[in-house]
Amino acid sequence: MKVTFPHMGNMYICVKALLDDLDIDYILPPFTSKKTLEIGTKHVPECACLPLKITLGNLMEAYELGADTVLMVGGCGPCRFGYYCEMHREILHDLGTNMKVITLEPPHGDVKEFLRRIKNLTNNAGIFKILHAIKNATKIAIAVDDLERLTFKIRPREVEKGAVNEIYNQFKRDVINLKGSKEIIKFIEETEKKLLQIKTDESFKPLKIGIVGEIYTTIDDYTSFSIQQRLGGMGVEVHRYVTVSNWITEHIIKQTLKLPRDLRFAKAARPYLGTMIGGHAQETVGNTILYAQDGYDGVIQIYPLTCMPEIVAESILPAVERDYDIPVLTLIIDEMTGEAGYFTRVEAFIDLLHRRREKKQVEGKYILSGN
Amino acid sequence: MKENTYYLGIDVGSVSTNFVLINENEEIVEKIYLKTNGQPIKAICEGLEYIRSRLNERINNYGNYGQFDNYSQFNEQSAQQFNYQSGIKSLVKGVGTTGSGRHLAAIIVGADVVKNEITAHAVAAQKVVPDVKSILEIGGQDSKIIILKNGIVYDFAMNTVCAAGTGSFLDRQAARLGIPISEFGKFALRSKSPVRIAGRCAVFAESDMIHKQQAGHSLEDIICGLCEGLVRNYLNNLAKGKEINPPIVFQGGVAANVGIVAAFEKALGQKIIIPEHYDVMGAYGAAIIAREKMENQQSETKFRGFEAADNVYSTKTIECNGCSNICEIIQIMSGKNVMSCWGDRCGKWSSSLLRYERIEAGS
Repeated sequence: MKVTFPHMGNMYICVKALLDDLDIDYILPPFTSKKTLEIGTKHVPECACLPLKITLGNLMEAYELGADTVLMVGGCGPCRFGYYCEMHREILHDLGTNMKVITLEPPHGDVKEFLRRIKNLTNNAGIFKILHAIKNATKIAIAVDDLERLTFKIRPREVEKGAVNEIYNQFKRDVINLKGSKEIIKFIEETEKKLLQIKTDESFKPLKIGIVGEIYTTIDDYTSFSIQQRLGGMGVEVHRYVTVSNWITEHIIKQTLKLPRDLRFAKAARPYLGTMIGGHAQETVGNTILYAQDGYDGVIQIYPLTCMPEIVAESILPAVERDYDIPVLTLIIDEMTGEAGYFTRVEAFIDLLHRRREKKQVEGKYILSGN
Repeated sequence: MKENTYYLGIDVGSVSTNFVLINENEEIVEKIYLKTNGQPIKAICEGLEYIRSRLNERINNYGNYGQFDNYSQFNEQSAQQFNYQSGIKSLVKGVGTTGSGRHLAAIIVGADVVKNEITAHAVAAQKVVPDVKSILEIGGQDSKIIILKNGIVYDFAMNTVCAAGTGSFLDRQAARLGIPISEFGKFALRSKSPVRIAGRCAVFAESDMIHKQQAGHSLEDIICGLCEGLVRNYLNNLAKGKEINPPIVFQGGVAANVGIVAAFEKALGQKIIIPEHYDVMGAYGAAIIAREKMENQQSETKFRGFEAADNVYSTKTIECNGCSNICEIIQIMSGKNVMSCWGDRCGKWSSSLLRYERIEAGS
């Protein structure tokens, strides 16, 4: 049995650690590329959202490398993504690949079923070993997200442009050559040290932008045209509440074990959207408000075309924009998205935020700097 | 000396390439509107050539008649000095580029500032109408709306759905009906009872027009209906309920179309201001931004000089096989030298050149 799984941002790092620790034979699909998207677009219904196209492309590329079993998270998903494991099963079957799809989720909160599925996968490994591996994988997910947050902070302040990207991109490439959670954790720590050694300009006060929207498109660098790296390069500090580790701890672990969740966003969103309507719509609305309260300069919402929950959120955001006086830019992505038009909008948005900030600083007196 | 220096703004759009030369008072002294014709590099060189000849003329006029508007403060010596090409170059103190070809133009000309169209248009409109609140801009292939509040850009949108209603589509319809585009708007004004045309999509609009034509409606009524349909589409799809408050400025090539202007005035119930240089506002904005930046920075311009127009440029596309992304790398060549390249995701190609020549989104 050769297991594979689709990409979603840096998730491959923690899944890799998990599979290494459980001694499961696996194939890491090649990083998402134009070819991945082409394969996905060819086999997936046109009106399905981009994440399905990319993840299917990942699986097909892994299949060509010899994978025969797919691990897919369902996340008990209340949006279409939760159903994509079934879509994959059907499409992979129609393509005659004979790949087996295992959904990693506790159906209706059934923890026993969840563990049974993992047990099957691991050739009946001991329950202690499984829990230990899950714990370490979660630890890695958190560490990787912390690392990413660190790059968000350092990148706009770096003195030599591109220094962060060099270290961080190398980390993402080299981490696949390691084996087991121990080595990976060590590598993360080393990378963190290297990042902290980068010379930064502490007097620089970057613009702060919060990223909200659909989870896949905000987390996955390929899909979002590396918007977080690009913004950092433009001297903007970004922040994003929705992360892989957040998703694992909040959605999978806490929901499964029925632990209290961090629901600040839901509380903030209540006047506008009082209930969970699927996807990350409530997070989008709530986090936008949290960013406004934290004094962020602006918010960028990103979602794949036809994402219903985010469309609802988008139509609510103008009210938030007005009430909290925070500008929001919405970017919609699908395989047709042209990079030039996308970044023209981002650039113009950054200009807008710069001027707003200047305006606030000069109190009433209008100056136009042009930068 | 300061009165005799200029700033160049270049707007390389899908349909037109515009050059504007402004003086220290931010007044337009020269402008040219060229068709891009799918060959931006050629258009850029042509524009440079034109500006060079006009500047030369100004110097020569001074030499012949002893004075020439802005040159009245020239003394003999400096006039002679400027008779050489290097002298003309030194007249230009800053260059700004904008439009979809802004990066390309920046490489060829050597720009001090590369700005997106939205900011450039907003800056230019504010120069002409300082208290402007709404800017409608319709160009060759895109349309924008910019809302300003208290003198700063508050909100903006660019067309996402379809190019219906932009200059290219109107051009095409005018050609199909056999009317010169300059007459198109006048036909609309003569209409007594405009027909209703679906303006949401260029393809549907065209088939709807043909249908109305075959039903026997007059050309005037159809054109007027088209203008109204496109304006309706603009307001529904782009403005999407944004508050359009006066003063409203309408710029971009399509502002020349009196039919569209009338349709906007009818739909909004407001007077619409068309700036004198409505067709080159993007380039004007870029020039103003360049001037402000150079004044703040007090640094030398990166302008390569007008000789840039004499070089032969070519672009080369290579597929990088370094990874599975198979990026299309575009190299801008001047003779055999690679001036710049972009298009790679990893930075392998773009950072192999000197850092300052890299395409930085925020530069």
